[in-house]
Amino acid sequence: MSTLTGTRHLVRLILRRDRFVLPLWVLLLAVLPVTYAASFFELFPTAAARAAYVTGTARNPSIVALLGPVYGDSVGALTAQRGGFLLVVVALASLLTVIRHTRTEEEAGRRELLGGTVLGRYAGLTAALLVTYAADLLLGLLTVAGLVATGLPVAGSFAYGLATALTGVAFATIGGLAAQLTETAGGARGIAIAVLGAGFGLRLVGDTATHDWPSWLSPLGWAPRVRAYEGERWWVLALPLAASVLLAAVAYPMSVRRDLGAGLLPPRLGPATAGRALAGPFGLAWRLHRGQILWWSVGFGLLGLILGGAAQAAGRSVEGNPQLEQIMARLGGASGLADAYLGATLSLAGLAAAGYGVQAALRMRSEEAGGRAEPLLATGVHRSTWLLSHVVFALLGPVVVLAVTGLAAGLTYGLSVHDVPGELPRMVGAGLAQVPAAWVLAGLAVLLYGLLPRLASVAWAALAVCVLLGQLGAVLELSQWLLDLSPFTHTPQVLRDSWSPTPLWTLTVLALALAAAGLTAFRRRDTPIP
Amino acid sequence: METPIEVSGLVKTFGRTRALDGLDLTVRAGEVHGFLGPNGSGKSTTIRVLLGLLRADAGAVRLLDGDPWRDAVALHRRLAYVPGDVTLWPGLSGGEVIDLLGRMRGGLDPQRRAELLESFELDPRKKGRAYSKGNRQKVGLVAALASDVELLILDEPTSGLDPLMEEVFQHWVRRAKQDGRTVLLSSHILAEVEALCDRVTIIRNGRAVESGTLGELRHLQRTSIEAEVAAPLDGLADLPGVHDLRVDGHRVRFDVDSVALDAALRRLTALGVRSLVSQPPTLEELFLRHYESAPGTSTPAERSQVVA
Repeated sequence: MSTLTGTRHLVRLILRRDRFVLPLWVLLLAVLPVTYAASFFELFPTAAARAAYVTGTARNPSIVALLGPVYGDSVGALTAQRGGFLLVVVALASLLTVIRHTRTEEEAGRRELLGGTVLGRYAGLTAALLVTYAADLLLGLLTVAGLVATGLPVAGSFAYGLATALTGVAFATIGGLAAQLTETAGGARGIAIAVLGAGFGLRLVGDTATHDWPSWLSPLGWAPRVRAYEGERWWVLALPLAASVLLAAVAYPMSVRRDLGAGLLPPRLGPATAGRALAGPFGLAWRLHRGQILWWSVGFGLLGLILGGAAQAAGRSVEGNPQLEQIMARLGGASGLADAYLGATLSLAGLAAAGYGVQAALRMRSEEAGGRAEPLLATGVHRSTWLLSHVVFALLGPVVVLAVTGLAAGLTYGLSVHDVPGELPRMVGAGLAQVPAAWVLAGLAVLLYGLLPRLASVAWAALAVCVLLGQLGAVLELSQWLLDLSPFTHTPQVLRDSWSPTPLWTLTVLALALAAAGLTAFRRRDTPIP
Repeated sequence: METPIEVSGLVKTFGRTRALDGLDLTVRAGEVHGFLGPNGSGKSTTIRVLLGLLRADAGAVRLLDGDPWRDAVALHRRLAYVPGDVTLWPGLSGGEVIDLLGRMRGGLDPQRRAELLESFELDPRKKGRAYSKGNRQKVGLVAALASDVELLILDEPTSGLDPLMEEVFQHWVRRAKQDGRTVLLSSHILAEVEALCDRVTIIRNGRAVESGTLGELRHLQRTSIEAEVAAPLDGLADLPGVHDLRVDGHRVRFDVDSVALDAALRRLTALGVRSLVSQPPTLEELFLRHYESAPGTSTPAERSQVVA
């Protein structure tokens, strides 16, 4: 039996299991760059307009930090830069796909089931890598075809498409290696995503500093350095290829040397006794929620830094475009436009923070359905106390996340307009103004959990409706009463000069009433409801 | 307090299903009480009502002289509970869970905690996600047995434990009894119940069908006799209380009610006994008889689950 026997069957199994997800991300990620190119052709038809955009926006450090460098003012160069963030998404999709079909399978014991059949030692890893490599290459070729169709040069389009595909290939291999290291799929995902994060950080530092050598160390830094459409450097494409070969050369021997189900890194042990803080429901809830709060805060802090830094550029980006300048004048000049931009992005952060609140409240549901609430409720803990220990995090989480967003945005925006003491409190205030609306969604989740635990996840649907109303309401010209259903419609625009705090109080009272009703219902109902 | 658990006429319905249908259960102070029944007979539902997790629809329930629903928090400090399927938080170590549950009940005996960890051979440093089913069960057992409580409520606590650990479990339940604790042990492992329990309640379709000491229950049962006698056999079939008589020349097999045992043996010895094998009724037979003979007879599949 060869080491690859059965690979073909596994490939077909993976394709069958991923028949919806795989085409979805391949198509979506291939279409997006094409839409970027089309919109650049439309927005900046002249070389002068593009040059203004490059100096005003594309070279802005925050934009470069988020997207990567820009190497010229052709539509192709702008598209390649804008596609910089897609590299992260392609990398993420690739590594998750590989881990999903290697370590997740092993952890769930399904690989053992297959291992009993005729299967070569390398078949599992090879099948997962082959499928993901093929998906990445297909994505790249579709992108090339789409970009050429918009009228961009063929050579540049090939350079851009291949660079994207090979970035995916490199991260797929990183995922394949991470899957050999730990026992759990969660651990493997953690390692691979940490590598992705480190790569993003290196590229960010290299691209914004005077020397760009850190970017050359990052798998995310290679694709931009192919310089698609601006004098292609084809040899750079060899870097992700070489990295993939090297990583695979490490991963393959590891996959045979270790036992099935085992990882190379031993599972980490915990303490033999509980620390003093872990003494009651609140101590436990802190343990269960702290990781989420931390990571959300880090993510939103970074987002705030970038958005705040880009706000002034967004205000300036319209220079040389008479139509946009008119709109801007109506909004109150450059600072008015920056405020409108910041207000809009902070309200999006508000929706995301509501997502945090819902998620934290629904944690109670997974605790109950997973059988972890029952032993606690059979101790000397009051039902209300247990519920409150989670509700506290559903309410405090959005406050923390939004305050951090506002703080970070205020810092970078304040630096760009040389008024940190003035902008910092304004932006923190604007962030916190989103809290009451987010609380209403969290309160609704608590109510659903207390009253109709099996339908608790309807709270997500409610949040989706709010997102749709907020994003499409104006476009579809929906009637006001419909828009008023969303608590976010009532959040005042606190960055404007005059606004009323009354809706904030109303929303807060409503949110607390919903949560209190949920608590009352929970105290009266049977537990656990499976 | 004479009876830590006193349940009469308990009814609990879920939608159209009647999970408990007039259940009676009395557990006396200081005893280990076996709570027997096949899967789905209502054992866990009864226990959840006792824990104030489910609300009774009808009937009277007293737990440690209190109302399990109304006085839940105060009562829970005086008892420890181990569910049949202990689930742990993936990121918390076993030791952390043991301490957490202990603290939330009102205190652990650190000395006993250490002894329990050693005799159950449990590594408390492993994270919840790394434990096997049997080891998760051990975490629940150590947390409960190390707690300073009056009452232990154990719902099929040994599922997933190997025979060695079953021995360890029985040792610690006996020790709990010596310490004056009361134990309600729900189980379908009959050997475990026979080894540990002072009294037993058998439940079927949400109703108690039998309750008493093992001796009392056995008394209602039949002993099987297998004998070889010197003279040809006659007259045995006329005796009251003799069942399923099979005669094969000088060999004879029959079952006899405990009350008729003496008369039957006299008749045998009168014929000259060459060899005799007598088998006392096992709990298993008693159990199976309840599930075979009563209305709504269980299927063979159900029965094998019962014995398993």
